[in-house]
Amino acid sequence: MTGPLLQVRSLTTRFRTDGGTVTAVDAVSFDVAAGETVAIVGESGSGKSVTALSILRLIPCPPGRIEGGEVLFDGTDLLKLDDSGIQAIRGDKIAMVFQEPMSSLNPSLTIGMQVGEPVNLHRKAPWPAAFEKARQLLGRVRIPDAANRLGAYPHQFSGGMRQRAMIAMALACEPRLIIADEPTTALDVTVQAQILDLLKNQAVEAGSALILITHDLGVVARYADRVVVMYGGRIVETAPARQLYRNPRHPYTRGLMTSIPRLDGDTNLRLVPIDGQPPDLSRLPPGCAFATRCQSATSRCHVERPALEPVGDRHFKACFLDA
Amino acid sequence: MPDNRAIDAILRVEDLKVHFPIMQGGVIQREAATVKAVDGVSFVLRRGETLGLVGESGCGKSTTGLAILRMLTPTAGRIIFEGNDITAWDQDRMRPIRRRMQMVYQDPYGSLNPRMRVRDIVGEPLEVHGMTGGRTAFRERVAALIAMVGLLPAMADRYPHEFSGGQRQRIGIARALALEPSLIICDEPVSALDVSIQAQVVNLFIELQQRLGLTYVFIAHDLAVVRHISNRIAVMYLGRIVEIASRDELYRDPLHPYTQALLAAIPIPDPELEATRPRQIITGEVPSALNPPPGCRFHTRCPHVMAICEREDPPLKSGQGSRAVACHLHA
Repeated sequence: MTGPLLQVRSLTTRFRTDGGTVTAVDAVSFDVAAGETVAIVGESGSGKSVTALSILRLIPCPPGRIEGGEVLFDGTDLLKLDDSGIQAIRGDKIAMVFQEPMSSLNPSLTIGMQVGEPVNLHRKAPWPAAFEKARQLLGRVRIPDAANRLGAYPHQFSGGMRQRAMIAMALACEPRLIIADEPTTALDVTVQAQILDLLKNQAVEAGSALILITHDLGVVARYADRVVVMYGGRIVETAPARQLYRNPRHPYTRGLMTSIPRLDGDTNLRLVPIDGQPPDLSRLPPGCAFATRCQSATSRCHVERPALEPVGDRHFKACFLDA
Repeated sequence: MPDNRAIDAILRVEDLKVHFPIMQGGVIQREAATVKAVDGVSFVLRRGETLGLVGESGCGKSTTGLAILRMLTPTAGRIIFEGNDITAWDQDRMRPIRRRMQMVYQDPYGSLNPRMRVRDIVGEPLEVHGMTGGRTAFRERVAALIAMVGLLPAMADRYPHEFSGGQRQRIGIARALALEPSLIICDEPVSALDVSIQAQVVNLFIELQQRLGLTYVFIAHDLAVVRHISNRIAVMYLGRIVEIASRDELYRDPLHPYTQALLAAIPIPDPELEATRPRQIITGEVPSALNPPPGCRFHTRCPHVMAICEREDPPLKSGQGSRAVACHLHA
C-alpha cells in the first residue's frame, strides 16, 4: 500500500444563511489509511457531520458549498469528478451509514430492493442475483430469516433491524471506506453495542476503512485506531486513540475528558465542565475558536489562529500553549 | 420490601400499573389490546435522596414519572406522597400537591413557550398558584431563581430562542424550583445536551440538592450520568423493576443479567481498558410492551435463561440491605 487511502486536504465547506455565511468546515486536513478506523469527535456544530458529507459531496447546494480543498481517494480528487463520476463511487468504493435509519431508507421500497440496489447498480448484477446477494448480506448482519425478510418494508423493521439493513447496504459492494455518521445515536444502549460491534467487525473482515462520526468518547475508545477532534469547524487535535486518551494536549480535548462521567470514575469527584457555550459559527472570533472558553487562553489566542502542529508521533494539536 | 416505617419516605409507590388500551373499530370502539407500560412497580423514595430510574425505551421509566406527578391516572396500585394517598385525587385536590412536586423535561426546546420572556416563564408557576406576593416580592423572587440556576439577571427579559440548550435547561430548572418543591422528577434532563454542557447541568442539579434539600427521581438511559448523581438506582425492563440497589452495589456487583448487560454495553472512555474489558453483548431488542414474553420478561434475551424463566415471572425479592432483584438465579 502506497500512501493513505483517503487524504483530505484543506477541505472548506460554507453555508449561506440569513445571518451571513457560515464556515462549517474550515481548512480540515486528515488521512485515513486502508483498513483503519478513524473517529471524528465533536459536539453539535463542530463540523464533524459536514466533513463526512463533504467527502461524498452530499452537501445540499444551495445553501451549502464546498469552497476549497481536495479529497483524494486512491489518488483521485473526488471534488473534481463530474456527477456520474461521484455517483459511481458512492455506495461502491465508499459507502455511508446514516444516523437515522428510518429517514434514510426509502419507505416505499422493500428491504431486498434497497440492499440489493448497489449490486444491481454498480456490479450490473441482474435483480435475481442482486436479491440473492441481499439475502446473504442480511444474513451477514444477523437479520434472522433473511430470505423471508427481503420483501419487508422498513416500517416493519425495528430501529436496530433498520440500522442492520443500512449496514448490509453499505457492505454490498465491499467498499474500501465506510463512513458512519452517528450510526447508533437513535438506538437503545444494548442495541447500540450490537450495531457498533457488527459495523466494526464487518469493516475489519472486509478490510474496509471506517470513519466513525460520534460525540461519544466511550465509543471512540472502544472502536477507533485514531481520533480527530473537531471544534468550531476546525481540527483542534488528532492522535492515535491510546495516545490521545493517555496524553490529551489540547485544552478542549482535556476539558471533554474531565467533563464526562465514567462508569469506573470516582463519584466523589465533581465533574469539571467546560465553561461557556459551544461557539456560534457565524460569529467565530478571529483567533482560536476555543479561546473564549479556555482557562489558559492568552491575548494571542484571541487574535491569532493556531495551526495544527506536530507534538508527537502522529499527534498534532492546534494550540499556542506549550502544555 | 425494606421496613418502610424506619425511614423518612417522601414517596411510596406500591404495585403501580399504568395500562393504555388500544382501541379498534369505527363508531363503536372496542379495546383490542392493552399496552402495559408500567406493570407492577414498587419503591420507596427517601427524603433528600436521588433515585435513578434507568432502562431502555419502552421500559416505562417516563410513564412511571408522569404517573407519580398524576399527569397520568394509574390503572392500579397506590402513590403515597408526603403521607397522602394521591392515587385517585382529582385535579382540584392535586393543585396544592403540584407545588410540592415538579418536573424538568428532556427537551429544552419544546418545553419552553417561545413567546414568553424568561422572567414570565420562571414566574408563571407563582402566578398560577397565586403566590406572587406583590409586585416587588415577585420580581425579586424571579430574579433570585434566575441567579440560583447560574443565569445572569439581564437574561430575564430575553426569549428562549436566544439561549443555547444548556441555558434553556437552566430556565426549565428555575421554573421547576419556583414553588419550592420537595420532589423533582427529572426526565432525561441532560440527554439532549452537548457533552461539555451535560456536566454543567449535572453539577447544578447536585448543588441545588445540597442547598435546598431536594429529592430527585432522575430518569435517564445513560448509566454513567445516573451513577454520578444517584444514591440508589432502579433498573426497569418492560414495565417492571428488575433490580434496585444502592449505587455502589449496583455498579460493583450487578445481580440481574439485564443490569449486567446494560453495564457491559456502555464503553468506558479509555482505549487501553476497553481492549481488555470482557464483552458480553446480549442479542435481540426489547420486545413489544403490547405482547411481553410470558414468565420473566427478559428471558428471550437472557444469557442465563432456565426452564423456569419461561413459565414463572420472578418477583422482586429483597436480599441484603436495600437491594432487591427479580431473577430466578437469585431466588
